[in-house]
Amino acid sequence: MSNPALTEAVYYILLSLTQPLHGYGIMQNVEQLSNGRVKLAAGTLYGAINTLLEKGWIVALSEEKGSRKKEYLITEQGKEMLHMEIARLKELIDNGNRILEV
Amino acid sequence: MKKVIHKWFWIWDFDKEEKWLNEMAAKGLVLTSVGFCRYEFEDCVPGEYKICLEFLENNFSNAENEKYIEFLEETGAEHIGTFFRWAYFRKRTAEENFRLFSDNTSRIKHLTRIISFIAFLLGLNLYMGCYNLFLYFYWHNPVNLFGIINLLIFAFGMIGLVRLLQKRRALKSEQQIFE
Repeated sequence: MSNPALTEAVYYILLSLTQPLHGYGIMQNVEQLSNGRVKLAAGTLYGAINTLLEKGWIVALSEEKGSRKKEYLITEQGKEMLHMEIARLKELIDNGNRILEV
Repeated sequence: MKKVIHKWFWIWDFDKEEKWLNEMAAKGLVLTSVGFCRYEFEDCVPGEYKICLEFLENNFSNAENEKYIEFLEETGAEHIGTFFRWAYFRKRTAEENFRLFSDNTSRIKHLTRIISFIAFLLGLNLYMGCYNLFLYFYWHNPVNLFGIINLLIFAFGMIGLVRLLQKRRALKSEQQIFE
């Protein structure tokens, strides 16, 4: 497998966007998912969102009336990247456990 | 009560500037507006606010900058003001620590933005300096001796540039091990 590792931020952003969320919603969801360990900063999140939009791994949903906040959602391609990443992480964990005999 | 303080920071000392603004906020004076070497404060509960600054990606009032600032505001940050390309933000820090970047990749990107800007200005000064001195030796017009000032600016700016490059290198070497 030759796909490079996703960053922790990207992994958790993609995972969060299996439901439509706006920026602040992503930050809260990631923090919750990781039990408060991963706290995304807004500037970092903004850069990641733009990169993911360019790559087509997420899309911006058309804005609702009365709400200025933009919501995002994962695409099929984004989901595929998540599955590949999970397979990669599984390999890391399996090898670690096997060699350290955990 | 309003309080105005005039203070100068070199562009490569933005960390010191941010630290100073946060020390002021910790003492009960929070930034309300910025200008050239000018900082305006108002009273706040000590430690109520945390300040962050960022060198924006684009020049002056640009639609991309606006979009970015709007995004930050949606996450609860307050845009205090922008001076030149420096944007100042504050956030009430009830429980969380306010910062703009949470990984080294985005910190390096921000530093690179500042480094390129300084490098451009220094390049311009070096060119102007050499060109003026060349003209001086050719025509002996004392006006061209101003080229020396260009070269002095270049030399001084190099000190700051090297400092930022070292900082970026430290982040990059850390990145080889940690994300």
